[in-house]
Amino acid sequence: MSEVELLQGLSGEEIAEIEAEITHLPDRESAAIDALMIVQKHRGWVSDTSLQAIARLLGMSADALDSIATFYNLIFRQPVGRHVVMVCDSVSCYVMGADGLGKAIQEHLGIAFGETTDDDRFTLLPIVCLGACDKAPTMMIDDELIENVAAERLGEIFGRFE
Amino acid sequence: MSLMDTKPLLGRVEEVGGFVDLTAYEAGQGYQAARTALTSMSPEEIVSLVKDANLRGRGGAGFPTGLKWSFVPQGEAAGEGAKYLVCNADEMEPGTFKDRFLLEHNPHILIEGMIIGAYAIQAEKAYIFLRGEYHQPYRRLVEALADATAQGFLGAGIFGTDFNLDLRIHRSGGRYICGEETALLNALEGKRAQPRTKPPFPPASGAWGRPTIVNNVETFCNVPGIVRHGVEWYQGLGRTEDAGTKIYGISGRVNRPGLWELPIGTPIRELVEQHAGGMRDGFELKGILPGGASTDFLVEEHFDLAMDYGTIQAAGSRMGTGTMILMDNSICPVDMSRNLQHFFAQESCGFCTPCREGLPWIEALLLDIEEGRGQEGDLEVLDRNAQFIGAPGNTFCLHATGAIEPLQSALKYFREDFEEHIRTGKCPYRGRPL
Repeated sequence: MSEVELLQGLSGEEIAEIEAEITHLPDRESAAIDALMIVQKHRGWVSDTSLQAIARLLGMSADALDSIATFYNLIFRQPVGRHVVMVCDSVSCYVMGADGLGKAIQEHLGIAFGETTDDDRFTLLPIVCLGACDKAPTMMIDDELIENVAAERLGEIFGRFE
Repeated sequence: MSLMDTKPLLGRVEEVGGFVDLTAYEAGQGYQAARTALTSMSPEEIVSLVKDANLRGRGGAGFPTGLKWSFVPQGEAAGEGAKYLVCNADEMEPGTFKDRFLLEHNPHILIEGMIIGAYAIQAEKAYIFLRGEYHQPYRRLVEALADATAQGFLGAGIFGTDFNLDLRIHRSGGRYICGEETALLNALEGKRAQPRTKPPFPPASGAWGRPTIVNNVETFCNVPGIVRHGVEWYQGLGRTEDAGTKIYGISGRVNRPGLWELPIGTPIRELVEQHAGGMRDGFELKGILPGGASTDFLVEEHFDLAMDYGTIQAAGSRMGTGTMILMDNSICPVDMSRNLQHFFAQESCGFCTPCREGLPWIEALLLDIEEGRGQEGDLEVLDRNAQFIGAPGNTFCLHATGAIEPLQSALKYFREDFEEHIRTGKCPYRGRPL
C-alpha cells in the first residue's frame, strides 16, 4: 500500500487520534479496537481501505486486524445508514413483548433486521440487553437510549431522526 | 444519621434526588475514605480490612474481594513494570441494569473505590472497561474523571502522597464474553475477546502479562463505605451471613420494576411484593431468573428464600448479579428458553466446539418444539446435551455452563409445558397478551 492509499484510508485527524491512544499503551497493536472505533466514529463504518491503512499504521497484518474487527458486535465492516437502530432482543425485553415490537419496527421501516432503508436513513440491527430492563422494551438509535418503546410511538420516535 | 449509613451506594443519589456531581459527592463526605486510606493506612491494612468485611464480588461470581486483592504480588515479588486495576463495567448479562444506574448517577463513588483499590494493590494504571453501548455512562464518567483529576484525586501525588494513578476508560467493541475477566483482558489489549487458560490467574499474570485485578462496578462502590465505617458496620448491614447491601433489581410484569439498594439477604417475595409492588393485575408469577440470564430458574417453593450467595446457591441457582427477571403466566417457558439460548449461541466466542456448535443446535431444537415440530425423545436429547455442554471442564470458560443453567432448570420445573408442546404439536401460549 502506497502512502497515497494510506492517506485515503485514514485522515490526518484519525491518525492523530489513534496515535494519541497508542501513547497510553505498551505497544501499537494494543490500540487495534480503539483505532477501529475511531475510524468508525468518523466514517460510520470500516472499509477494506481503512482496515488496511489501520493495520499498516499499527504494524500488523490486515487479516489479523479483520479477525478482531469481525469479532465485535459494534464494529461495522459494511456501510450503514445515517442512523443505526438497535433493538434489544434479550430476555427482559422479550418478556415485555420485544418480539412483537421487532416485527412492528420492521414493518414501520419496511426493512428486515440487518438491512438499510433505500434512502440510507436507517440501518436496523438487533442488540443484546441494553441494561435498562426496568424500562423494557428498549432500543437505541445512534447514541440515544429509548425506553418503554411501544408500537404506537414508532412514528414519533423515528420522525426525530432525519 | 444520613441515608448513606444504610445505603452507602445509592443513599447520596436519593438525598440529592438524581445525579451526584463532584460538589454533591464531596458534600456527602466524598473522597474522605480515599484520603484516609492513602494518608493513614498501609496497602496491607486495606486488603485486610476488605477481607475482614467479607465483601464479595458483585459481578455475579461472589468471589471474596479482599482475598483476590491479596493474591497480587507486592514489592520486589511483583517484578518490573506496571500493575493494573480494571473495573469491569461491561454490563451485558441480560436482565441486569444496576451498573448503568451507578455509573449514570454516582460515578465518583466508583472512582473513589478504584483509587482505594489501586492503592491497596499498588497499581498506578487503571482502566474502566465500559460497554460500547453505554453512552450516557460514558459522558458521566468523562466528566467525573476530569473533575476528579482537576481536584488532584487522580494523577500524580494524590493527597500529597507519592501515590500516582492514571485512570482511563476503554470503550468495548461489544461482546458478552468480554465480561469474563480473562477475555476482558484480551479485549483491553486490543485482541479478540477469547478467554485465556487459567492458571495463571490475572492477579499473577493479567493485562499485558502483569499482575491485574478485575472487579465489578458495584464491588468497587462498596469499598469507600467499608474504609469510612469499618468492618462491624459493614457486616451489620446484611440480613443473613453475607455482608453489606446489594443493589437488587426486578424486570418483568410487576407494578414498579426498578432497582433498590437493600440489606443483602432480603427475601425474594419481599422484593417482588413490597419493592416492586407485586404482579400487575391479571398476571401470576410463575418463575424467576434470580441473577440474570445465566442463572437457574427458581419457582414458587423458593420465593421465601433470602437473596444472598449461599441461600440461592443451596437452592440450585445463583444470586448472580441480583437483578431478577420475572416470568409470568403469559410467558411460554419453551419460547423464553429459546430466547435465552439465542443470546448465548450468538455470544459464544466460538473457541470451543460444544459451545460454538451445541448452543445453536439447542436453540434450533427449542424453536422446533415451540413451533410444533417437536418429536418424542427431544427432551431426552436436550437433557443429555445440557449435561454434556454444561459440565465445567468440557469448555474453556463458563459461558456454556451459564447458558445451560436456565435450560436445565426450565426442563426441570416446566417439563409439563415442554411435553405438552410435543404432544399437541403446538404452543399453548400463542396469542398471549403483549
